[in-house]
Amino acid sequence: MNNYLLKLYITGKTPKSERAIANLQNICTHELQSQYEMVVIDILERPQLAEDEKILATPTLIKVLPLPIRRVIGDLSDTDKVLVGLDLQPCMRKKDEGGDA
Amino acid sequence: MDVNNNNKGLEKLPTHVPGFDWIAKGGFPKHRSTLLSGTAGSSKTVFATQFLVEGIRNNKETGLFVTFEESPDEIRKNMISFGWDIKQFEADGMWVFIDASPQPETEVVEAGAYDMGGLLARIEHAVKKVGATRVSFDSLGAFFSQFSDRATVRREIFRITHALRKMNVTSIITAERIDEKGSIARFDVEEFVADNVVILRNSLEDERRRRTIEILKFRGTDHYKGEFPFTIIPGEGIIIIPLSAIELKQKSSVVRITSGCTELDNMCAGGFYRDSIILVSGATGNGKTLMVTHFIAGGAADNERCLIFAFEESREQLFRNAIGWGVDYEKMENEGRLMVVCEYPETASLEDHLIKMKKTIDAYKPNRIAVDSLSALERVSTIRSFREFVISITSFIKHKEIAGFFTSTTPTLLGGTSITETHISTITDTIILLRYVEIFGETRRGITVLKMRGSTHDKEIREFQIDGTGMHIGKPFRNVVGILSGNPVQISSAEVYRTDELFKDR
Repeated sequence: MNNYLLKLYITGKTPKSERAIANLQNICTHELQSQYEMVVIDILERPQLAEDEKILATPTLIKVLPLPIRRVIGDLSDTDKVLVGLDLQPCMRKKDEGGDA
Repeated sequence: MDVNNNNKGLEKLPTHVPGFDWIAKGGFPKHRSTLLSGTAGSSKTVFATQFLVEGIRNNKETGLFVTFEESPDEIRKNMISFGWDIKQFEADGMWVFIDASPQPETEVVEAGAYDMGGLLARIEHAVKKVGATRVSFDSLGAFFSQFSDRATVRREIFRITHALRKMNVTSIITAERIDEKGSIARFDVEEFVADNVVILRNSLEDERRRRTIEILKFRGTDHYKGEFPFTIIPGEGIIIIPLSAIELKQKSSVVRITSGCTELDNMCAGGFYRDSIILVSGATGNGKTLMVTHFIAGGAADNERCLIFAFEESREQLFRNAIGWGVDYEKMENEGRLMVVCEYPETASLEDHLIKMKKTIDAYKPNRIAVDSLSALERVSTIRSFREFVISITSFIKHKEIAGFFTSTTPTLLGGTSITETHISTITDTIILLRYVEIFGETRRGITVLKMRGSTHDKEIREFQIDGTGMHIGKPFRNVVGILSGNPVQISSAEVYRTDELFKDR
């Protein structure tokens, strides 16, 4: 039951990248339990993917599913903003996402 | 002067943008970034695009265009009117876009610290993929507006330009100015890309748009200073008009050519010089167009190719008037010895007229040119543009050893000078004045050769008449003074005699 597909674009193993990965992992386990799939893409290794997604800033988190597609940039240290970006209101209880996944 | 020799170490990359390499003394500093700043509508995008296009066309250099503002598709569409088929360049692998324009359908939330590593990776990837040596960024303002953390963006621009230098790429970065005065660009970017700054201006002077380009600085290398006018031509793009490019290097000819009027040739000690600039000044209806007709007929009779730029009269009028003086323009045209270009001065800016005239001259390769009249062009421009125009066109034809015949209308009937004369007089080799002379309640016509460089000439003010065969110069006005000042006064013959006696050597 992977309701959420999240792609995280980073540029190499920088402290910022590491922080973003850790923060995202943290948020996901708390908010999404196990209903998510997380893909980390290193742009330095696969620049064409960055081109395809028109990535400018890194780290960039793209919520591919459920729709609508959302983008969050930064090291994801601001949890509230990440939740807004993922359409998960922090104070709201989680809705059961029954979208067209 | 050799451009590459006088600044060792800092090579320049010829842009091939017409005129720019001259004012930049060779081009942009190679492997550096140049900030191209200007207000809205100062054609920054056109310049940024042309920089890549000229590289592809002239030197087979591949280009990368990073757009922060318009989408690649918009740019492809907008630039096709200049004859730049970007789609074809892309298909040929000579051009690549990085689309960094805002994506309105996706919202972006900022949650923590970020950098522009993604963009940098894409640039590096694209440069490597097509082997780009030229990069244009358009524009910084649109880049900044996509992110809230300006300090980060600034730092990242610095990082990107630094990386570009390492990749041996020469780049242009466009930036917005709020107004023509004040800081170089918004967001204080010049502190980060400050090595080379070029400013484009599009200012309103006397209700007319005037585009100029100025190289503010090139770190560690030389360039010409000050503003240079430029124009944008459909099908071609930006053309810079380097006025000071005119060097006083022209050769001097001793060959004399006919003015088309024997008496005038006599007054000029045998005719005009082959490569001279002749200015005829006179009030309206004083015979200037007639003199043009003589000049052209004289040239055609000597089997020369003649070109007329008429800004006052239509083709039909010109041809009819010429017939009235016994000159058949139509026949001359059929024989390939004449070309007549009639244009209303208001149809284009002076810069556009200049480019068009130069092109016509290059294509037709005339031996003599007449412009009737310069004063008509004066009314479509500011004094400054006009002066630049006159200098530019006269030096252009002088270099080609073409005789140039210009007319200028004085604002007053009697005497007087026009603005045209003030600006052109130092450049002209020969000045002929036509003046009305009022004697006994009758207007007569007078002609005098005011100056003729490198030759003696008749100093007298002679009377001339116009009839069905043209102009006939007669005797000097003997007993009138003050013709040139516009205040002719009769003096008695006794006084003339007395004055003559006074200066007689004994």
